[in-house]
Amino acid sequence: MATTTAPKSPTSTKSARAAKSGANNRRWALIFAGAAILVFVFYQYLLPHLDQSVKSVFDSWLPISTLEESLVWIICAIGLNIVVGYAGLLDLGYVAFWAIGGYTAGWLMSSFFNNVDFSFFGVIPPQPGGIHINFWIVLVIAAAFCALWGVIIGAPTLRLKGDYLAIVTLGFGEIIPQVFYNGDCIGPACWNVSNGTQGIYPVDSMNAPKILPGMKGATLGIFDQPYKYIFFCLVAALCVFVSLRIREGRLGRAWLAIREDELAASMMGVPLMRTKLAAYAVGAAMGGFGGVIFAEYVGGVVPDRFNFSISITLLAMVVLGGMGNVWGVMVGALVLAWINATGLKQIGVTFNQVFHTSINFPANNYLLFGGILVLMMLFRRAGLFPEMRTKAVLEEDEVADDAGGTHLSDPEEVTA
Amino acid sequence: MAISAAQPVTTEDLALSAQRITVKFGGLVAVNDVTFDIPDKGIVSLIGPNGAGKTTFFNVLTGLYAPSAGTVTLDGQNITAMAPHKIAKLGMGRTFQNIRLFATMTAEENVLVAMHSHTKAGITSTVLRLPSQRREERESSDAALELLDFVGIGKRYDEYARNLSYGDQRRLEIARALALRPKVLLLDEPTAGMNPQESAAFVGFVHRVRDEKEVSILLIEHDMSVVMRVSERVTVMDRGEKISEGTPDEVRNDQRVVEAYLGRTGTEGSAR
Repeated sequence: MATTTAPKSPTSTKSARAAKSGANNRRWALIFAGAAILVFVFYQYLLPHLDQSVKSVFDSWLPISTLEESLVWIICAIGLNIVVGYAGLLDLGYVAFWAIGGYTAGWLMSSFFNNVDFSFFGVIPPQPGGIHINFWIVLVIAAAFCALWGVIIGAPTLRLKGDYLAIVTLGFGEIIPQVFYNGDCIGPACWNVSNGTQGIYPVDSMNAPKILPGMKGATLGIFDQPYKYIFFCLVAALCVFVSLRIREGRLGRAWLAIREDELAASMMGVPLMRTKLAAYAVGAAMGGFGGVIFAEYVGGVVPDRFNFSISITLLAMVVLGGMGNVWGVMVGALVLAWINATGLKQIGVTFNQVFHTSINFPANNYLLFGGILVLMMLFRRAGLFPEMRTKAVLEEDEVADDAGGTHLSDPEEVTA
Repeated sequence: MAISAAQPVTTEDLALSAQRITVKFGGLVAVNDVTFDIPDKGIVSLIGPNGAGKTTFFNVLTGLYAPSAGTVTLDGQNITAMAPHKIAKLGMGRTFQNIRLFATMTAEENVLVAMHSHTKAGITSTVLRLPSQRREERESSDAALELLDFVGIGKRYDEYARNLSYGDQRRLEIARALALRPKVLLLDEPTAGMNPQESAAFVGFVHRVRDEKEVSILLIEHDMSVVMRVSERVTVMDRGEKISEGTPDEVRNDQRVVEAYLGRTGTEGSAR
């Protein structure tokens, strides 16, 4: 080992890699922000004045409601990415947090609890009763509530690893929607906490500051979709911002270390439980955002929207986009959400028209998802836009798989 | 040689003290009643043939296994069966026999991870980049680069750990362990895979680490030339038991050690 001290490295300048990833983040942020503003301007100010035929094309192929739904998926996928992509914990029950967030909105923004009459800067409907709290406050409450549930669910399950963890999270992902499904008569007193299969409907419109020209008022109902869209975008942007900032800091490094080598991380003073719980809580909080926004988008909460396939679709989005890379995950979520909501249906309609067939495309969407995932694993294992550090590894692996390169940290070998 | 019961030292002078450690896996006794001390700022080695229980013993010290009996004291604190991250925080750094770096993190990030327990930026201050968090990051980064310089890979701070050469990976592991500001540094076969020149240079390096970072060092080592030159005291284990302890010279001449390594048959004529 060298006994001479190497010349002092430039400590004040940022590392080249950090600078590069910073530039990369700025570029992506600009692309997404630009696209979001463009879409808004187009749908709000241009489309209504365009020809009917153009309008119908956009209405069928890319309605603004699909974009809004995509934003819900994007927010949840970013949350799941923290758990799966950053900390490397396979979570198959993420829908639980989406559901809890949705029902939080249902409880706090509707006439559901009609025996109380409480409002706090909320949108109060004509009929009395219920709790009506301001949308933005509910957003914060739901995030906190979901984070709490993330910890409650995580505390017993995070002691498990890998496949076992996946199975247990899958269980929780089933239990929580079932609780809401059967929640119209809980306990001996037969409390109604969720209205059972009927769900909670309607949920109050959202309140938004009147910041844009032409906004009808400070309350956005289901028909003010382009305006809602811009606020949904802001929430998604917040999730991206939080993800990126945490990733660069102390906690993000600890998550990465756990993903790379759990044992070594614990030996280097990283408390495994706390760090994993933090990942769960942050991920769950974003699921809470997604839930509230979904309730706002649909105008209510219905339990059969929260099924297992949502967890799987979210996971597919994360994998397709590129685990660990927020931007890739956003692209993955956009693509799959669009295919799910309109793309497949429209492709089917066109296909059937051209070939005079009558194949039901949307009914086979999981076939398509399965196909996409298999192709991904064959040709682009790291996703469409992999994280820089993973990309380097995977590319090298393909080149030098048997060239005898030093492979670090075999997870199979338990100890020194 | 009555060294095996090296008791008269008071615990204040010991960086680490393991008293009568026994580890049982089912019916198998992997470590049997081993007492072992690391004097403050000392360099000691643990040697023994394969399967002697060295690694098991190591894992008890770092908190990976809870001993069936016995206590471990680090700098006066009882750390027996404490969680590994807590022991690490109290001042125990280690390297691994088969290198276990965080492969897709840069050298600097690897070191920064080990500073986790000494830093405290939370989620809010990280998201908002509060001045306290920024200062902490800057100080951590400076300290990390300094450590990388110390082990001689300062220029490669921005390289992914997996892209470093084997020797540099070993250096990075030591830098990472030192980032814990340990009182005791455990090196598990640090010269494995090194050529004789590198091993020779390593001896000097270990002394430099001890002197400049003021740590006590425990090595598990197979290379006898390294062990004999670097250690102030050597402990020999065989089949889960401590069979000898003393200065390198004393141990080298201990009949039981020779037997453990060469087998009884090799010394049959003189032993009986």
